[in-house]
Amino acid sequence: MREASSTHCELSFDHTASSCLHVQLIGNWTLQADLPSPSSVQQELANAQGSAPPTQLAFDAQQLTNWDSGLLTFLLTLDTYCKQHDISLDPAGLPQGVQRLLHLATAVPERMGARREASSEPFLARVGKGVNRSLAGATEILSFLGQVVIAFLRLLRGKARFRRSDLALLIQQCGAQALPIVSLISFLVGLILAFVGAVQLKQFGAQIYVADLVGLGMARSMGAMMVAITMAGRTGAAFAAQLGTMTVNEEVDAFSTMGISPMEFLVLPRMIALMLMMPLLCLYADLLGILGGFVVGVGMLDLGGIEYFNETRAALSLTDFALGLINATVYGGLVAIAGCLRGVQCGRSASAVGDAATSAVVTALVWIIVATAILTVIYDVLGV
Amino acid sequence: MENTADTSTHINVQDLTMAFGSFVLQHDLTFSVQHGDIFIIMGGSGCGKSTLLKHMIGLLKPATGDILYNGESFWNAEQETRDRMARGFGVLYQSGALWSSMTLAENIALPLGEYTDLSHSQIHEIASLKLALVGLAGFEDYYPSEISGGMQKRAGLARAMALDPEILFFDEPSAGLDPISSQLLDELILELRDSLGATVVIVTHELASIFTIGNNSVFLDPETKTMLAVGDPTTLRDECDNPKVRKFLSRGEHAA
Repeated sequence: MREASSTHCELSFDHTASSCLHVQLIGNWTLQADLPSPSSVQQELANAQGSAPPTQLAFDAQQLTNWDSGLLTFLLTLDTYCKQHDISLDPAGLPQGVQRLLHLATAVPERMGARREASSEPFLARVGKGVNRSLAGATEILSFLGQVVIAFLRLLRGKARFRRSDLALLIQQCGAQALPIVSLISFLVGLILAFVGAVQLKQFGAQIYVADLVGLGMARSMGAMMVAITMAGRTGAAFAAQLGTMTVNEEVDAFSTMGISPMEFLVLPRMIALMLMMPLLCLYADLLGILGGFVVGVGMLDLGGIEYFNETRAALSLTDFALGLINATVYGGLVAIAGCLRGVQCGRSASAVGDAATSAVVTALVWIIVATAILTVIYDVLGV
Repeated sequence: MENTADTSTHINVQDLTMAFGSFVLQHDLTFSVQHGDIFIIMGGSGCGKSTLLKHMIGLLKPATGDILYNGESFWNAEQETRDRMARGFGVLYQSGALWSSMTLAENIALPLGEYTDLSHSQIHEIASLKLALVGLAGFEDYYPSEISGGMQKRAGLARAMALDPEILFFDEPSAGLDPISSQLLDELILELRDSLGATVVIVTHELASIFTIGNNSVFLDPETKTMLAVGDPTTLRDECDNPKVRKFLSRGEHAA
């Protein structure tokens, strides 16, 4: 019973004064209580409209035991209603604190145009804005690429400025430190390729060609692509997050005002590191992938170890490895550019850094696939 | 530089309009800063104080107008001239903006290594000297994340002074500092102005700092989107004919 009474609250109306509606607030008006809706008062005001329309709304809070924001929102709703219907709201009967807070809440009129309207733009307008945004995005990418090219030209002329120690550290980060994950992924990809191939080739008794399949597949494209995807998630995102955080902390601005180009100081070493390390990682991934195929071939398909090795050697030429390495270098550049681009574009908040990292990975993956398609067509045309 | 006496105009902002796309932030700003001034850019939140500073140091390009340093146009100049002029600026950013991957000494050494032919050991000595000037002797090998916010600000100031700049820019130097640290920073700014003879431009809305160190100022208003007053902050508080400025400078106590 006590529990019920502590959260009990109610309204009662008093019409004794002809032009004034007295509202009695009783009990515990807190957010925990089941508050009456303001519309019941509005109803009461509207009902009385017929005979002698009330011009004043007054309150009696003598039996009010407790109140919080629940009462205030109730009163604010009534206040708005009263203003719309030319009824004066007399707060005199309310507790002191309520009066003051009510005054505070209504003191500054709502600024016109400050409230965000739910935008309901026509479909075409939204499409148009979308197109404009993507065009602006494409322009930004092109101008970034242009700056990268200029920075590289300065590097070739020996004028680019960055710290050699930064470059060494980056090479370590995106080279040696990436070995464990690259080992795991490329070994498993070789294994998977061998399994998938074996199922088909076994039907013709041609298991030995698993060696060709895995060798060619890894060397020509899968090795480079798996490394690229790993590095996009691992290093591209890290680049975006690093540069993004530096943008948020005004560190990039600090470079600019010192007359040090962030392009040369931050982007260039990252690109160089990744473009140098990606081919090496790719070669490593090729070999581990072939090892994965070897394990399946020898362990599950009963092929001889020497036999598998010789078949792989016969199937592969240096050209196949070279194509993979070219791919890897291109991917390295793309992953670095995507990471740095999104990092430099980063907005000035913590959540923007997260967005930049996500966007860097997505951008890199899209570019990698598109580049693969283009390169494959080129190799086909060249007949290699 | 060549024919300018100490009292002549150092920075001249002419009809500057700042805009992002079609959104105008401030228009028609015209004021000048004398050699050796401690010039305050003040105004309510969101009026574009920091943005004005970014225009002055060359990070943002004005929509119209120009800024002259020692009578030489900044924004109508070639990029290379701008870079050369910007080398005479030292900037302390709001967050300190120390390069987080480098130690404090390396932070100060980097611009020195870029723009001077000093030897490695000389650069290290200068870096130690600058750190000592801001009271951080012995912290050469600390990374920015290992020291407190107030120390980061001071280290940022040491880096801003690395190239002995003619003009020091401060973006809200006392933001995020306790009253005593910010008072110490104010004293440091005064001391540096007097000893280095640099001109100082400060963005702040800290009244205590404004009156203690400022001898010239501009007041930006977010509603009319332009400047309302120029002059000595104390004079503006007592005599400015614009009630908004007087109210701001007296914390609303003598509101008209």
